[in-house]
Parts: sequence; C-alpha cells; structure tokens
Amino acid sequence: MRLFSNTAVLLQKELQAEFRSHELLTTASVFILIVIVLFSVTFDPTRTESQQFGPGLLWLAFLFSASLMLQPCFLKERNNDTLSALRLVVNDPFAIFLAKLCANTIFLLTTELLLLLVFGVFYNVAVLSVFPQLALVFFWGSLGISTTGTALSAISSQARMREVLLPLLLMPLLVPVLIPSAEATKALFDTEHALRWDWLGILIAFDVVFLTALWLFGEYLLEE
Amino acid sequence: MSQRTARPVGLKFTNIEKRFGKLYALRRLNMEISPGECVALTGRNGSGKTTLLRVASRLTRPTRGEVTFAGLNGGEEPAIGYVSHAVMLYDELTAKENLLLFARLLGIAEPEKRAQSLLESTSLASRADSLVRTFSRGMKQRLAIARALLQEPGLLLLDEPGTGLDTESTMWLVNTVRCLRDEGRTIVTCVHGESALSQLATRAARLDAGMLVADTRGGATFQNIFATVEA
Repeated sequence: MRLFSNTAVLLQKELQAEFRSHELLTTASVFILIVIVLFSVTFDPTRTESQQFGPGLLWLAFLFSASLMLQPCFLKERNNDTLSALRLVVNDPFAIFLAKLCANTIFLLTTELLLLLVFGVFYNVAVLSVFPQLALVFFWGSLGISTTGTALSAISSQARMREVLLPLLLMPLLVPVLIPSAEATKALFDTEHALRWDWLGILIAFDVVFLTALWLFGEYLLEE
Repeated sequence: MSQRTARPVGLKFTNIEKRFGKLYALRRLNMEISPGECVALTGRNGSGKTTLLRVASRLTRPTRGEVTFAGLNGGEEPAIGYVSHAVMLYDELTAKENLLLFARLLGIAEPEKRAQSLLESTSLASRADSLVRTFSRGMKQRLAIARALLQEPGLLLLDEPGTGLDTESTMWLVNTVRCLRDEGRTIVTCVHGESALSQLATRAARLDAGMLVADTRGGATFQNIFATVEA
C-alpha cells in the first residue's frame, strides 16, 4: 500500500536526519539525566520511597523531554517550506504524521529505556527483572505522548506563539497518558512486579482513539 | 486510488477568492489555461501571484471559488511540479538524498537513475553527496527545479524561478523551460517585468491587488503588460 511505503520512506528520512545530527536524542537524554541525578542527590530516597515516587518522577521527566523533542517536529519543516513539498508528492497526508509519530516514538522510547538503567542505579530499584514489562508500558505511554504531541506540533507550528503553545496544550491533554503510565510503572516497581492490564488498557484505548482522530482529521492540520 | 498523469493538463479558476483575515489576496479571479500553454504571470509585489500558484497547486484552499483541471481521465490526478520562493529542500540531507526522497515518495521507477540524470542536467553531479546546507542560493534553486521536474510534470508552476541564479544558470533555466514548453507541458511562471523567461510565454497575464487586470496572447498588449509592471 502507498500509505505504508510513503511512511517508510519518510521514517527513513527522519531517522537519517536525527542520527546525523543527534539533536533530539542528546537534548532529551541530557534533560532526563539531569532530573534523575538532581532528584537522587537532593532527596536521597530510600528504596521504598523510590518505588513510590520514582514512577511519577520518571514520567514527569519523560513528559518535559518529550515536549523538547516534539517542538521542532513540524517547525523544522517550515524552514524551507518542505512540508509543502511533502504535501505535493504524498497521496495520503496521514503518511507524514505516521512517519513523524513513529520517529518520535522511537526517539522517546530509546531515550527512556537507556535512562531507565541509570534510574535503576541511582534509585536502587530493580529494573532489569521487569525490563520487558516496563518496555511494554513505556512503548504504549510513549506512543500516546508522540501521537498527541505530533498532532499538537502541527497545530502549534502555524501559530504565532508557537514556542509556548505546544507545552501549554500538551501537558493537560496528556494527563490520561501520564496517570496510567505512572501507575503501571509503579506496580512493576513494587515487590510483586505485577503488570497492571487495567492501566495498560486505558493507555491502549487512549492511543487508539488519538491515532484514529489523527487519521481522520490530520489532513486539516496540515492546511494553510 | 488516484493515479498521477504526466499528460499536460489545463487549469480553470472560477470566481477564486482568497482571504487572509481581512486581507484579500485574490478577488473574483476567473481564468482558463489550456493544456500546453505557457503563461507568464506578472504584477507588483503582493498582487497575488504566489497565492494564485499555491491555489493552483492545491497547497492553499481558496476561500471561495474552485480550481478544476482539464484533460484528465476519471481517477487521474495532475502531476504538478512546483518551484516556490522557498527551495523546499532538506538542508540536513545531501542533494542526491533530497532527490531520492521525493522520487521514492512519488513512486518513480528507478529513482537512483532519475536522480542522477537530473543532477547531471543541473550540473550538480559533482556535489551530489554534499549537504544542501553547504549550497549557495543558486545551487539550491537549481536543485529545487530538479526536484520539481522529478515526475516529468504535466503542469509546471514556477514562482520567480530565476531567483538567485547567475547568468549561466539562468540560461540553463530558460533552455529547460523552452524544452518543456515545446514538449507541450502547461507552464505558469511568475516573472517580474520582461525577461528571457517571459519571452518564452505564449500568454501574459497581470494581477493587481488580487484581480486579473490584463490577459493577452501576443500582439502589442503582450509587451505592454510587462512594461506596465516595470513602470
């Protein structure tokens, strides 16, 4: 199908550009690292405290780093009006969104999983034993952040106060992603290491709803 | 699924109006361009030339009125080549990567071969692997024209394509447009005053404050259209 072949070509372009510049990955990694280290040094939490407050701290760091990562997503397409060039050649504009949200999910997930190990060391939380389950929660959480963030990035890139607008819109809209993600992470950090399917279900439902909305209305977000 | 055709297409603007807030960029514009015509669009800055091209390319939706294409069979889409003020290229990719990206998105068979041939015809083959950000304005413009020609478009929309080009590149551009015109492709190009490019046109039209104020196919009026803008 043309949609998927176009998405694959555009995704390759996004990855190629990022792995050449390392702009987004470096910024997001450094930000999360600073938050993890700073909170660990300042509060010096016990293992129980880390299990209780760690997930919230982690997802808050992921949210802020995501807003840094998502800001240039459509903004960079405005530099040389490359978005118009893409709209002229792509049959289905959803391919543009799909490629961008896949790339954002990959970047976000890579950063999260790498820094999860650092978190485990600084907060004395066993993350390796539940790594596959955590990766699953992080994937659905990151997909939710990326889907919403990519759509909002397209909207805010056309606005006058674009730098302020994205975080302003993103944070309240992502509450339904952050709460289940943090709760599911917390359950995995607990001694029982339980994978909470109820929270994961809410996450998946959110992702499906937003992806469908983007598929149906995404075209209008790209119009001038 | 719609199929893009490289066959020359005609364009029909019916009562086109485009507003940006309270500002009218185009007002009640009616114009019909036949397949194979080469139209030079002229007018002062802000007269609506760029907006008209963007409406024609369907990048901008008109506030009122409609654009229709003639010469298409059912389920066909026109293959449109568009060169705008912005170069529409990725600075962080090389010249070849840029062309390959758009060629693959267009579903062109043998994209490598097509990209290479366009790089050679634009004299950019030696810089094929250089990042576009290292290019001069003129080189970027040549690459932008190559990008627009990738799918051998039936309709070519050129918005002041000579911007930033030196004499040699301008000659190349004029020759390229002449070849495309002679092949029977429909061309609409924005020009400022009389130039080598405007001389290729078979029809000249002038916009003023978003309205079509002159439209002619040769004769003394043809030259007057450009003279009025320059005055």
